[in-house]
Amino acid sequence: MRVLHRPVRHGDRHRPSSARRQTHSPDFREERRQLPLPLPPSAIFFSGSVSLPVSFPDSNMAAPPSYLLPPSPPCARARRRGRDCRSKNCSFMCFCFSSGIMDTRQQSKIIYSWYGKPTNSDRKLRTLQYKGILIKSERSRKERCIQLGDFVLVEGENADQPFVAQLLDLYEDGAEQKHAVVQWFSHISEIPKNKQKLLKRRISSQEVFFDKVSGYDTDIAVETIIDSVLVIPLRLKDELPTRLKKEKIFCVKQSWDGKCFKALSPHTFSKLNEANRKEDGIPNSFNSFVPSDIISSAKKETKKAGSSATKTKNVEMEIESKHSASKSSLSKKRHSLRVANGIKNPTARKKLELNSPTRSPKSKLLEQEDIWALLDDDCDSQLLKPTAIKRKVKFTEVLSSPPKITCANDKLKSVFGTAEDQEVLSGTLRLSPYRKLEDSNEKVRSLNMEVDAIVLTGHKELGSQSPAVTPRSRRTCTQETSTRIAEQISLLNMLESKEEEDFLSSSDGSYSSSSEEEDSDVSCTPEKKTKPSRMFSTPKSSRKPSVHTPAKTPKKTPLPGTPRTPRNATPEIPRRSHAAQKPTSVLEEARLRLHVSAVPESLPCREEEFQDIYNFVESKLIDGTGGCMYISGVPGTGKTATVHEVIRCLQRATEDDDLPSFQFIEINGMKLTDPHQAYVQILELLTGQKVTATHAAVLLANLFCTPGPKRKTTVLVVDELDLLWTRKQNVMYNLFDWPTQKHSKLIILAIANTMDLPERIMMNRVSSRLGLTRMSFQPYTYKQLQQIISSRLNSVKAFEEDAIQLVSRKVAALSGDARRCLDICRRAAEICEFSSQKSTDEIVRMTHITQAIDEMFSSPYIQAIRNASLHEQIFFKAILAEFRRVGVEEATVQQVYRQHIALCRMEGMQSPTVSDILAICARLGACRLLLLESSSKYLHMRVRLNISQDDVMYALKDD
Amino acid sequence: MNKRKLKESSGTDGECISQVQKMLRERLCHHRAMGKLFGIDQQYKHLLELLKQTTVCGESNSALIIGPRGSGKTALLNRVLKDLREMKQVKENLLEVHLNGLLQTNDKVALKEITRQLHLENVVGDKVFGSFAENLAFLLEALRKGNRTSSCPVLFVLDEFDLFVHHKNQTLLYNLFDISQSAQTPVTVIGLTCRQDILELLEKRVKSRFSHRRIYLMNSFAFKQYIRIFKEQLSLPAEFPDKAFAQKWNSNIQLLTEDKTVQDILQNLFHYSKDLRSLNFLLMLAVSNVTVRHPLITASDLQEASKQYRMDSKANIVHEFQKFIQRKAHCMYNFEKPVVMKAFEHLLQLELVKPIERPSVRSQREYLLMELLLDNNQIMDALQAYPNCPTDVKQWAASSLSWL
Repeated sequence: MRVLHRPVRHGDRHRPSSARRQTHSPDFREERRQLPLPLPPSAIFFSGSVSLPVSFPDSNMAAPPSYLLPPSPPCARARRRGRDCRSKNCSFMCFCFSSGIMDTRQQSKIIYSWYGKPTNSDRKLRTLQYKGILIKSERSRKERCIQLGDFVLVEGENADQPFVAQLLDLYEDGAEQKHAVVQWFSHISEIPKNKQKLLKRRISSQEVFFDKVSGYDTDIAVETIIDSVLVIPLRLKDELPTRLKKEKIFCVKQSWDGKCFKALSPHTFSKLNEANRKEDGIPNSFNSFVPSDIISSAKKETKKAGSSATKTKNVEMEIESKHSASKSSLSKKRHSLRVANGIKNPTARKKLELNSPTRSPKSKLLEQEDIWALLDDDCDSQLLKPTAIKRKVKFTEVLSSPPKITCANDKLKSVFGTAEDQEVLSGTLRLSPYRKLEDSNEKVRSLNMEVDAIVLTGHKELGSQSPAVTPRSRRTCTQETSTRIAEQISLLNMLESKEEEDFLSSSDGSYSSSSEEEDSDVSCTPEKKTKPSRMFSTPKSSRKPSVHTPAKTPKKTPLPGTPRTPRNATPEIPRRSHAAQKPTSVLEEARLRLHVSAVPESLPCREEEFQDIYNFVESKLIDGTGGCMYISGVPGTGKTATVHEVIRCLQRATEDDDLPSFQFIEINGMKLTDPHQAYVQILELLTGQKVTATHAAVLLANLFCTPGPKRKTTVLVVDELDLLWTRKQNVMYNLFDWPTQKHSKLIILAIANTMDLPERIMMNRVSSRLGLTRMSFQPYTYKQLQQIISSRLNSVKAFEEDAIQLVSRKVAALSGDARRCLDICRRAAEICEFSSQKSTDEIVRMTHITQAIDEMFSSPYIQAIRNASLHEQIFFKAILAEFRRVGVEEATVQQVYRQHIALCRMEGMQSPTVSDILAICARLGACRLLLLESSSKYLHMRVRLNISQDDVMYALKDD
Repeated sequence: MNKRKLKESSGTDGECISQVQKMLRERLCHHRAMGKLFGIDQQYKHLLELLKQTTVCGESNSALIIGPRGSGKTALLNRVLKDLREMKQVKENLLEVHLNGLLQTNDKVALKEITRQLHLENVVGDKVFGSFAENLAFLLEALRKGNRTSSCPVLFVLDEFDLFVHHKNQTLLYNLFDISQSAQTPVTVIGLTCRQDILELLEKRVKSRFSHRRIYLMNSFAFKQYIRIFKEQLSLPAEFPDKAFAQKWNSNIQLLTEDKTVQDILQNLFHYSKDLRSLNFLLMLAVSNVTVRHPLITASDLQEASKQYRMDSKANIVHEFQKFIQRKAHCMYNFEKPVVMKAFEHLLQLELVKPIERPSVRSQREYLLMELLLDNNQIMDALQAYPNCPTDVKQWAASSLSWL
């Protein structure tokens, strides 16, 4: 039996010697610099003495690359899952990444090991096949045996929905990686909306479909298996037995092949049934393992329950149990914990702090400080500072009792069903590690081993004791198992809520619920302060206040707090009170159709570009690969519209099952406040999570760089790409790097205005990743514009043919911007409507178009000068005269003033005062007819024209 | 003439006068909703039509109102909005967001203000929390969810539009214009600015999304209209309580408009600037002179006001401080150094002279290069207006400034 060791924060004995060395890597030093308090080395390693040789043969590992850059796929995978260290490199990466990103997951180690001897081996492929796998959670002492044919939950990328699958094969390949071949089951939410209608019946959330869609990869890593479940095959008309309704049991009635639903064939039905029956035969698949001696000791210790020491521990135990609770409530919590980074997890910190009093009194004070320093540090260092967190984990490990026992205890409680028992137990259980606390690492280790052994022996006994072990019929078995699960979950929930209440009452109202804290990553400043205080004010820990340095955290903490944006606020504009008026006349109808926002039935004149983009995306979709395409063109040439049209067509195609389905998301550089917000938006659109930019970057890198089962292709449209430019260009780099990853299945369509953007602003490494798939949209020619207008107007006869041509020619000559063209037409329709109030049958003619064009294109300057007051005009003349005299296109006000007076004398007018002149000057400057210096220079202020002299002359001549 | 009028109006009581004062002052200063619009009927119609399209049909639009300062941009908009609100289909069917470039100096502040004025759901009390990114995402989401037929139209008024152009990336403008060009919540974006070159300041993708409707206010009226405006601004309405007084007042105004001196004054003002704000200012000064003993505006009142209004500030100062110049002119022989220096400092303070470079510590004050911030004409004018000017100053002026 091979045992995989995953690097785990709590399991100190698995810390490789390299891990120690790693703390001296440059990253670590960087970490140190950011610590609020200088830490003596001893403080960092005071608990790290437990370093044992384990299966990490390579100790000379290079420092990890920058965290922001996407790491190589296995490492990223490790980062996400935090538990496979199959390759050598990986073992190291696991440490640095997992600790930073999701330490919660590693609070217990889960070991996947084969069940039994290899049944079959293939020499050629160098694979060994097995008939079952043991999933052992180190801390909770849970061990599940999943055999071939069993149904399992497999981690999906979305937290809420683990996939359901049936194990078909288990094998280990040449690289010692464990694989499983599965038969997928689709949940209703995985089936496209439009296909759901085919069912014509209500689907309960427990129903899954036998998945016959060919596109999905059935070979998964064993480590993605979360738990086993029951899937009951039912006839189509059968209802799920009501008593099972609330359980974590699935039923399957139909199969789904991507196109239609079919009833299960008798063959599959019987096979599924068989699988279920077989499952009953395995007695221990769901059992928890509790050493019997622990139970007995628990009973003995009941009297001690009142003592303060026990109380402290109780608190701790509860918290511990909460941890395990969150674990056992399957993948949702598992995922959420993983997502919420470890520092944010209040329970983790609480536990830490509560543990501390159990240290030997001598070093207590000093260590407290260290802990605080570390905690502070943790607060500061978020996901990207893994070493600090790792250290924290280290010492908690030694300070606290071995977590396994507590978890076993947790299981105990689930068996016994009362929280009180558990409290007592927690007290007793803690005793043994205390005694040995001062012992050498070796002893601690041996203790752990000992406990392991105890637990293992206990498991057998309990297994036979437990009433639900050998059920007679399949039904009863499932029922009982499920009731037990439900019981357990509800209990845990109860405990959880109780614990929350405790903290609520002890701290202040600011602490609403831990889960809320966990996912509120967005603004973390107030939390940082409230958390420590909360820990202090826990009344249950009676010893603590004396121990802690009270100066550090004053009690006031719950800052009046920036109430964050109400979470449930729905972004919505109020409805209008009167219904919008329908267009009454032809012209109004035309105007609506010509509005840029109106979505035309088809996009004329971009057929070629449309086809190119469509082919590109389609081919990538079919291949299941990723790729980038860069689309450029001046504004208003239909780039975004074409891309949207392509997406619409593709979506239609997937509805008709011509193409594999995909997920479409879109971001716009201009709608982001900061380039890094792109990550946040993409992640939110993909999974609905709201996290900070850095965290989102990490999660996205995970998502795209790890091979996920059943992942859909994602089509990402990045509009206004140039706005995503940053100095280091890491946003662009990441965006274009993801598609190149093997498993990303990401297709990026990047849109920007400039054709040479990749060469101009991108670094080589970015533009190289963008690739050479480019397309540029040429400005529309007049014929195209004409066609666009005609197609939009369609049957509405509101425009003269010539009028349309005039607009098109005019716009094509200027910019080729379709938006402008449509705007002019709309304005012309308005003018037409305006001028012909009486005769309703007016259509837009040349004159209207000319008027609209004049309105939109006429230079405002000439009109402005013509409408200026007399002295303002004379001032212009004076400027021109002065320019001519000096020969430079710049003059001071004083010079112009003299000219002005001279001109006034010529015309026989009263000459203005200097103040008048300056007022005139300021007025013209405000309109930007003149360019002025700052007015502090008074008469010596320099004046320049903002228009050409010819224009001014032209404007003045007519008078 | 003055006396005659005094006698005539001896019967009128002070109440009438105070009412007149109140009414006219309100009209002249407080040109909010009641301000009449002169010569911009077409623009008025255009804007009203534009807003009606948005509110009634749910059509998105964007427009800029461009015109020099004091040309009545805000008055026009306010008038249109007032009329619009009185319409039946529009009543409570329009959300208004007013922003001012001088107040919302960056997009972050502007976004918060928009959210606040729209009373979106993330407004807590009267405040908007959350980061810039959150707010933007929230607002965009809110606007995206709406559609043409069902959501309440939103009117964005951006006063001092040119200042919004300088915001980073023009994010706000891009988004507003983008909404106005896409099938989302119907919005109308109205920008008010005095800069004629505003369109050149827009980034090209922002410019492309702007619908290029520009409403120009040019003060494009002739002098005849100007006189009429003058008359209308001063006339009392028919609903004035004391009919007799109103009639007398109005006939007096009619006489004034035909008066030659008044016309000259107005002509002069008209030549300098055509904006109505300056006219209002002038009238304000004149109206302020109306008392019980002096119940009707006279031509001389206006003359006085225009004199006050168009006073050359520097010339005034020059007049008062001519003696310092005189001293300075004499300094070569007569005065002691401290006295001259004192006089010199006074001139500096009044900004009549100004050092060319920044005063550095090293150079001595006596040898600083100075710049005269006066025109020769101003000095000559001042000297003429100053009767007791010593002759040698006059001589100096005549000799050294005579080339003019």
